[in-house]
Amino acid sequence: MKLDGYITSILEGSLLSIQVALGALVVAVVLGLAGASAKLSQHKPLIWLGGIYSTIIRGIPDLVLMLLIFYGGQIGLNVVLEAFGYTDYVEINPFAAGLITIGFIYGAYMTETFRGAILAIPKGQAEAGLAYGMSHSRVFFTIVLPQMVRLALPGFTNNWLVLLKSTALVSILGLPDMTYLAKQAGAAARGEVPNAPLLFMAFAAVIYLVFTTVSLVALRQLEKRYTVGVKRLSA
Amino acid sequence: MQFDVIFTPEALTLYWQGFIGTLEILVACLLIGGALSISLAVLRVSPRAWVRGPIWLFTYIVRGTPLLIQVYLIYYGIAQLDWIQARWDDAWPWTGFKDAFFCAVLAFSLNTCAYTVEMLAGAIRDTAPGEIEAAQAMGYSRLQTLRRIVLPSAMRRTLPAYSNEVIMMLHSTSLASTIPAIFDITGAARNIYSDFFLPFEAFITAGVIYLILTFALVGLFKLAEHHWLAYLRPQR
Repeated sequence: MKLDGYITSILEGSLLSIQVALGALVVAVVLGLAGASAKLSQHKPLIWLGGIYSTIIRGIPDLVLMLLIFYGGQIGLNVVLEAFGYTDYVEINPFAAGLITIGFIYGAYMTETFRGAILAIPKGQAEAGLAYGMSHSRVFFTIVLPQMVRLALPGFTNNWLVLLKSTALVSILGLPDMTYLAKQAGAAARGEVPNAPLLFMAFAAVIYLVFTTVSLVALRQLEKRYTVGVKRLSA
Repeated sequence: MQFDVIFTPEALTLYWQGFIGTLEILVACLLIGGALSISLAVLRVSPRAWVRGPIWLFTYIVRGTPLLIQVYLIYYGIAQLDWIQARWDDAWPWTGFKDAFFCAVLAFSLNTCAYTVEMLAGAIRDTAPGEIEAAQAMGYSRLQTLRRIVLPSAMRRTLPAYSNEVIMMLHSTSLASTIPAIFDITGAARNIYSDFFLPFEAFITAGVIYLILTFALVGLFKLAEHHWLAYLRPQR
């Protein structure tokens, strides 16, 4: 049956989408932590840099940034390599380009989430730690970070869901992800499978729905774990 | 960098046409999605499960899948159905599916509608009980309470969150450039990129236009909040 072949290929594409999403998440969290530290630091240039990063990235559509970094990065990289005397044409792997671009974009959103979470921790706690002779890094890792996780989780969940859905954009760069393969399958199976374009795209949509539902359930469990011992107003 | 390529009458006209295209799509989907979301939000907070259930399902599905897939579903999926094509010469709304702009606006409207419904429904649920009790004490009917008290108050309180949604929608309209027959700012940039092979110049120009539009929208919403949320500011 031909239908099985298309379905399998879309499922394989979903693995690629997940890989891009998880890889980009790692990049985004690292950049988010760096951005938040920069914006909260005492150094003016760092504060500006963090501010410019989070404002500009959040003010431009993902697709435009992705096209800029994918097509521009290609040329930029070769210009730089040529300047170092390396004359072979180097092609950027679209998987890496998509992953890094999405990570770079959502790093800006994570910056704001993490910054807000750190600001919500009473300053006295860090000061108490310092007064006890703890080092700055020890204060960060044992006092600030565990509480930041709890405060940042709702924003983090939101960012992750938007990031996950934005992986569909890598199909525009020509990466064979789930959306790309669903579109291809729809065009290829026309006439063979009735209403193929709608059918395969709906299948991809359902898989995304499964991904987002699983994420929501898992992150809600994590939130429960991190809010153990937090008093709540009974509504 | 060769930005002189951008500052030619031809290129600037292209960007201008794209700018108009983006604004057309944005305004159309905000009007349709916004109007639809007000009535759906009221149904979403209904005490009856069979009323609020379908609305919940709609917003859950739309908010759980990528917008790009929704655009493809409508443009490559529904518009290609034999059933639709058999009648798209006859009557509205089927005639609309022949038009790429209609398909794009339909997809974007449903998307922004789903997000706005959840925002508005949240604000309606948070209405202060005293406001409703006061309306009842004045002898308002349920419909009057909804129209004169609950909705105006909820819509005002949704304003800050809605400004984010509008900016997200502005950015989302860039996905319209994936439909061949539609021309927006991103489409203009892709044209210039493929004509001159200058990715930096083409996409940075588009990015700057989006950035300016974003700031303009932020400013407009600041003014709107200043006007409609004046009663929430600390009183002197």
